[in-house]
Amino acid sequence: MNGLAFDIAHLLAGSLVLVSLMMLYQDRLYALLNVYAVHAGVLALSVAWQALIQHAPHLYLTALIALVFKAIIIPVVLHRIIVRLGIHREIETAVSVGLTMMAGIGLVALSMVVMLRVTPGADALAREDLAFALSVVLLGLLIMVTRRNAVSQVVGFMSLENGLVLAATAAKGMPLVVEISVAFSVLIAFIIIGIFLFRIRERFDSVDVQALDRFRGERR
Amino acid sequence: MTLDALASLLLIPAIAAATLALLPGYRLTARLNVLATLLTLLSAVSLFVVEPTSGNYLLVDDLNKVFIVLTTFVGFTTSVFSASYIHHEIEIGRLTPVFVRFYHAMYQALMFAMNLALVANNIGLMWVAVEIATLTTVLMVGMYRTHEALEAAWKYFILGSVGIALALFGTILVYMAARPVIGEGQEAMVWTVLLAHAAKFDPALLNVAFVFLLLGYGTKVGLAPLHAWLPDAHAEGPTPISAVLSGLLLNVALYALLRFKMLLAVNPAAIAPGPLMVTMGLISVIFAALMLYRRRDIKRMFAYSSIEHMGIIVFAFGMGGALANFAGLLHMTMHSLTKSAIFFAVGHIAQVKGTQKIADIGGLTVTNPVLGWGLVLGVVAIAGLPPLGIFMSEFLVVSSTFAREPWLTAILVLGIVIALGGLFLRLNSVVFGEPKGTTAPAEASYVPMFTHLGIVLAAGIYLPPPLVSGFRNVAKLLG
Repeated sequence: MNGLAFDIAHLLAGSLVLVSLMMLYQDRLYALLNVYAVHAGVLALSVAWQALIQHAPHLYLTALIALVFKAIIIPVVLHRIIVRLGIHREIETAVSVGLTMMAGIGLVALSMVVMLRVTPGADALAREDLAFALSVVLLGLLIMVTRRNAVSQVVGFMSLENGLVLAATAAKGMPLVVEISVAFSVLIAFIIIGIFLFRIRERFDSVDVQALDRFRGERR
Repeated sequence: MTLDALASLLLIPAIAAATLALLPGYRLTARLNVLATLLTLLSAVSLFVVEPTSGNYLLVDDLNKVFIVLTTFVGFTTSVFSASYIHHEIEIGRLTPVFVRFYHAMYQALMFAMNLALVANNIGLMWVAVEIATLTTVLMVGMYRTHEALEAAWKYFILGSVGIALALFGTILVYMAARPVIGEGQEAMVWTVLLAHAAKFDPALLNVAFVFLLLGYGTKVGLAPLHAWLPDAHAEGPTPISAVLSGLLLNVALYALLRFKMLLAVNPAAIAPGPLMVTMGLISVIFAALMLYRRRDIKRMFAYSSIEHMGIIVFAFGMGGALANFAGLLHMTMHSLTKSAIFFAVGHIAQVKGTQKIADIGGLTVTNPVLGWGLVLGVVAIAGLPPLGIFMSEFLVVSSTFAREPWLTAILVLGIVIALGGLFLRLNSVVFGEPKGTTAPAEASYVPMFTHLGIVLAAGIYLPPPLVSGFRNVAKLLG
């Protein structure tokens, strides 16, 4: 693989991790959604570049789905939901930003150590991409853990899915079935989440998951 | 694809799901639901007569036949129970006909997803199927739309999605490990091809993959400390769904885990998956057994009991070897049958008494003798007392592992005994003592419950030789 192709792929995958880290410290829902849109856009670029250098035209479809569906439609719809629910103010973060960032950096380091150590046999690009993908997945989990707001948990989950798409494209020649399924699952997940948001709204007048916690199982 | 038993296992639930979504009238749809599950069961049984050819996508072997028949059987009996359960829910106005239509469609969609996960030969396809199963159950858990139901569904959805995401990452890593050996493309995700070549895979990559798969599918199995969704989902959803969750869906996730364990087993350089599974299994048993003591909600209590039993099963499979695997399989079968029978009883009890709180239920053997004694029998079975089937399978698990790891087995026995104490403590107040709550007679269908308990009782006394030799074959396959 020639140097430039590798460098660009590396740059794009690295940017995805960077944008994930940016999502960690967003304390407003709108800003979080915008950063998520950037995240999906970077993913689309990265996948498209992989399609080019792997000569795998079906990956363009995955890139297109990432661009249209994840980078444009979902953020727009979530924007509207937020407006309709009237929760466009500050996000309550469960853990302080400094601690979250430290944890995020630790997770990135962890995934580098784990993935680079176990994949000496694979080609350089796949190794790097898998390590980045694992970082994105772990950062997505971190976002879900540190947020109490239902919408931002959903955004964390979607960024986690982006990491999975990156991993799937890095695994060269992986059958199309998985890419489609990932995109499809996001779609289904999104529909469900939409239903949930509206139901939560109907019942609680709030999408703060803490409101749900009050009704936890046995504390009655 | 020709129209063989394999295809009909998937087509019947799929068509039924579409049909039931469109048809009005819950009496008719409940009957159609039963009919569809019966047909699925028949095609599952026919797998033993004519074995269809396996391809790159679908597979039938001795291992999944056991799971398929168990799944379709409990699916069928639960649909019978569900018909009378739903009838009552409509009468008291807890569910509207629209929701019932939705419920039946989802029930069939869940059956479809579970069958697909069991017959999938492609690890990507298997993952998709487990994901569909998760999504359908999320929708059903949230169906009552109460505060608690929504919270349970949300928790289940978030934790389930995280688990499913980790499992996908593990699946991708397995593909990465297979690619240098098998080559790019479709073949490198076909389980039978993977198994044939697994000895040459990169062991380090396979190890990491298994950790992700264990965490991912382990979440769906309900292993502690990844179990947090399970009690809520069991307690707040409709009771037929609790029965299907405990009896079947946990098994399906376990089945996925076992398939990957078999891959690691043939690779001599990979870590042994056993110790990881044994550890998680034991943690689940002890944790769940202790949690049984402070339960106030009856469905929740039996959900914790499910965590305990999944722990025992994972422990048995983790120990490995022909005898322990045999014991694990038997225990899994017995647990599915007993736990769904208990949920059938609990579902009717909660309907009669109008509550799930243990404190508000009492003296069932006086007010509703059939239900009360049914529950007693179920709890005696689930606690592992002789002569019922679970006693035998637990005895086999313990005796087959005691010679190899006496200390681990001692921990397991401790967990089982603690759980027994917890279950009987609560059972005592629920079925004996002063009658509490309404004393209305139950409009229940007892057939599914006593069918299950009858099988469990029979299995505890006598296991037919064909069954034993079948299970023995599968146990050998599992290594």
